[in-house]
Amino acid sequence: MSGSGNLGELSIEEASRLLAARQLSSRELTEACLQRIEETEPKVGSFLEVTADLARQQADEADRRLATPGDAAPLTGIPIALKDIFLTKGVRTTCASRILENFTPAFDATVVARLRRAGAVLLGKVNMDEFAMGSSCENSSMKLTRNPWKLDRVPGGSSGGSAACVAAHQALGSFGTDTGGSIRLPAAFCGVAGIKPTYGRVSRYGVIAFASSLDQVGPMATTTRGAAMLLAAVAGKDPLDSTSIDAPVPDYAGLVGPRPEVKDLRVGIPREYFVEGLDADVETAVRAAIGKLQDLGATIVEVTLPHTQYAVAAYYIVATAEASSNLGRYDGVRYGRRRGEEQGLREMYGETRDQGFGAEVKRRIMLGTYVLSAGYYEAYYSKAMRVRTLIRRDFEQAFAGCDVIATPTAPVTAFEIGSRTDDPLKMYLSDILTISVNLAGLPGMSIPCGLDSAGLPIGLQLIGKPLDELTVLRAAAAYEDSGHWQRTSAELRA
Amino acid sequence: MSAARSFYQEGGFETVIGLEVHCQLATASKLFCGCSATFGADPNEHTCPVCLAMPGVLPVLNRRAVEYAIRAALATDCKINTTSRWARKNYFYPDLPKAYQITQYEQPYCEHGRVTFDVDGAEHTVRLTRIHMEEDAGKSVHDAHPSWSLVDLNRAGVPLLEIVSEPDLRSGAEAAAYMRKMRSLVRYLGISDGNMNEGSMRCDANVSLRKRGDSVLGTRAELKNLNSFRAVERAIAYEIERQAEILLGGGAVVQETRLWDADRGVTRSMRSKEEAHDYRYFPEPDLLPLVIDDAWIERVRSELPELPDARRARFVAAYGLSDYDSGVLTASKELADWFEAAVAAHDNPKALANWITSDVLRVANESSAEGETDFSKLPFAPGHLAALVRLIDDGTISGKIAKTVFSKMVESGEEPQAIVAREGLVQVTDESAIAAVVDRVVAANADKVAEYRSGKDKLFGFFVGQVMKESHGKANPALVNRMLKERLDG
Repeated sequence: MSGSGNLGELSIEEASRLLAARQLSSRELTEACLQRIEETEPKVGSFLEVTADLARQQADEADRRLATPGDAAPLTGIPIALKDIFLTKGVRTTCASRILENFTPAFDATVVARLRRAGAVLLGKVNMDEFAMGSSCENSSMKLTRNPWKLDRVPGGSSGGSAACVAAHQALGSFGTDTGGSIRLPAAFCGVAGIKPTYGRVSRYGVIAFASSLDQVGPMATTTRGAAMLLAAVAGKDPLDSTSIDAPVPDYAGLVGPRPEVKDLRVGIPREYFVEGLDADVETAVRAAIGKLQDLGATIVEVTLPHTQYAVAAYYIVATAEASSNLGRYDGVRYGRRRGEEQGLREMYGETRDQGFGAEVKRRIMLGTYVLSAGYYEAYYSKAMRVRTLIRRDFEQAFAGCDVIATPTAPVTAFEIGSRTDDPLKMYLSDILTISVNLAGLPGMSIPCGLDSAGLPIGLQLIGKPLDELTVLRAAAAYEDSGHWQRTSAELRA
Repeated sequence: MSAARSFYQEGGFETVIGLEVHCQLATASKLFCGCSATFGADPNEHTCPVCLAMPGVLPVLNRRAVEYAIRAALATDCKINTTSRWARKNYFYPDLPKAYQITQYEQPYCEHGRVTFDVDGAEHTVRLTRIHMEEDAGKSVHDAHPSWSLVDLNRAGVPLLEIVSEPDLRSGAEAAAYMRKMRSLVRYLGISDGNMNEGSMRCDANVSLRKRGDSVLGTRAELKNLNSFRAVERAIAYEIERQAEILLGGGAVVQETRLWDADRGVTRSMRSKEEAHDYRYFPEPDLLPLVIDDAWIERVRSELPELPDARRARFVAAYGLSDYDSGVLTASKELADWFEAAVAAHDNPKALANWITSDVLRVANESSAEGETDFSKLPFAPGHLAALVRLIDDGTISGKIAKTVFSKMVESGEEPQAIVAREGLVQVTDESAIAAVVDRVVAANADKVAEYRSGKDKLFGFFVGQVMKESHGKANPALVNRMLKERLDG
């Protein structure tokens, strides 16, 4: 390779090939990323913690594995970043919350353990909305992360740091979590590929819980095949997560292959996803992308998902209810700051939680507490669960006539920092096109499909049948191969 | 209080009691993690990230605990639900590290059972509303440090059964008898040690009164902290009088939770209905629904041990014991096992049953904590008692001497043969030896002999007593009788 300056722009599949061929060392690649972080971090602000020493150590270890025939895995030596929601043994894990500002886990999340075994190199922990609650990354209690494409824009949330660090080529790939769109939305806003797999496909053990029945781990990368490689390394049954699914994990990247076909695919277009409020540039780009799939031989069919309009309401009941319970443990007894002068238990709880949680987290805890309380459970939680069933059924019926569903990922492109923070409802609507997928537990992916008039990335969302990540990845790769996407913003090249 | 008492005793009120019994399952590990579930370790020794509720951890169900729960369902004639659900019960307390307890709420694993038990020889049946599984909380320690409350999470996550009865009990004595039967059952099933003083069996009682004949239930008080059979009985008795007095005075019972204060012998208000927690139950998203299929139920059923009622019937049939004695012997598995071990060593079940239901039980109760008869603490083994009865049966000692030997067994734990040999308690059956004593007694009491022969028959007992006294109780009574008769009447 020429200078180390653009090594970070390598895709994971390219880097993996070079590492395996010993044309590149993991140490070189890692140093390039660390240097890129140093240069761009003041502008972007993706990282909460850069684990440079650990990364160098892991890179050297990866190089030793790569030198031993048969010892390396596809991800050995690939530098990646993790959302600060994954427990990392010995590395502070805050969930971007003051209440966990001093929390250093005693063990690795299953995902982290699998990545370590695969030989991936951990560059550090990246920013997010506090407890993954948000759509812009502005709810972090730690720092502001900016969109690498336009620094006055949000990167999207909640996995904003995960998307920004990949878009800024600080890391070749990253992991985030997606409860209502938290991988796909920032992937769309930052112009990277991001997949939320089927609920249960990836273990949640060691992932700090927001809404347990919706949370799912997934990767981001500059390319679909890169994301596929990351997913394959972490997916599969985990005895520590009872909700993880015991199903074989395909070799996603291998099966996608060098020349994926879509001729056998029926692509469903749900009319409910092309409605008022959809940005004109977004609609144009997404329709063009669908046209491209048709050009490649796919059959386009119209499908209907009639209960879509109830998804946001149902989501904010189920997710907040579960969150109000999941966040109960941060009560000052073991987590959070305590002055030590509180008068009694109630005051300790009150002060700890008042000071430890940000406004959005408090808002959701209160909402969730309310919808579960005696007398309201039936009207809210029970009804939301029934809506959830209806939404799942919508998808089942739609998939009777198609293999993959294509929609915009978000109604708009990355908005300006601060423009929606005073309007929680407007902020919640950012997820209007991604939330149903979580309620139904389906795999969903966002890939770049062009830029809007302001030069900001637009995301194409592809939704698959349960456990059929492969079809989603195949369609995404076929589309990706059909054009040349600008992968890097002009703003950071300067 | 006296007016209340007399009105109550005249049958003006009917007492209605339902119990919620919590029973710790004696599994090796906790309900949702691999930590040891045993009692008595140093504080927080039996903990791991899961039961400490560290961020990101998830529960994994201990299937052994489910198996134990199935045993309890089968033993109480409950209907087992093929699919049941876990739920979260949310509340804040320092010894509840997740701030929720994983339990079963809307869909418990079993329902509609019943338990029968005796009170003063009469059989009672209590219907069970449901049994569900849940995890225990930790323990707060408020008196170990002057200014801090400490938390011990060893117990957090230990599996519990909550056994909820219908309001079918009518007195404190019935409630205590029901609890005893429940403890006997769980011990027979091998699913819990049932120790109330260690808290492995606890109970809350819902108590209300209504005018006899009314069909509507009165307002209830929930009694907590009932940690012994005696507490169950006393607290309920107190509560009945308290409520009767309120009702007779024209007042209304307040729905509330009341704490039993064993030292003062009263219940006092803990929290009112208005202060009751809103637990915000909802289905536990971290666990799949629990599926108990027929194959699993049948496998557990086939491995079920003999239960007390069946064993009682067998004792009547196989050993010829009375139903009452069989009931006493089978009330606890330990006692029934003790009895059968003795019978195995010496085949005289009736005599052994008599010894056990009188002498052995008395000794066992004397050496045990209240309400917790513990046969492992007896100073002698079932084989010792069997040997003692064998000594009587083969004529080596008399029944009277046997009582003496038994007392010495209690003191020293020695084998009865050793006691008999050392103390020279072997019965004298040598006719010439007894004849010599008879001669001596007759010679020394010539006047009484004359009276006897002149018709004062009652004096025969006197001569027997004299002979036994002279022989230090060792002469064979039957021989003494025959030889005295021959000597005096001949």
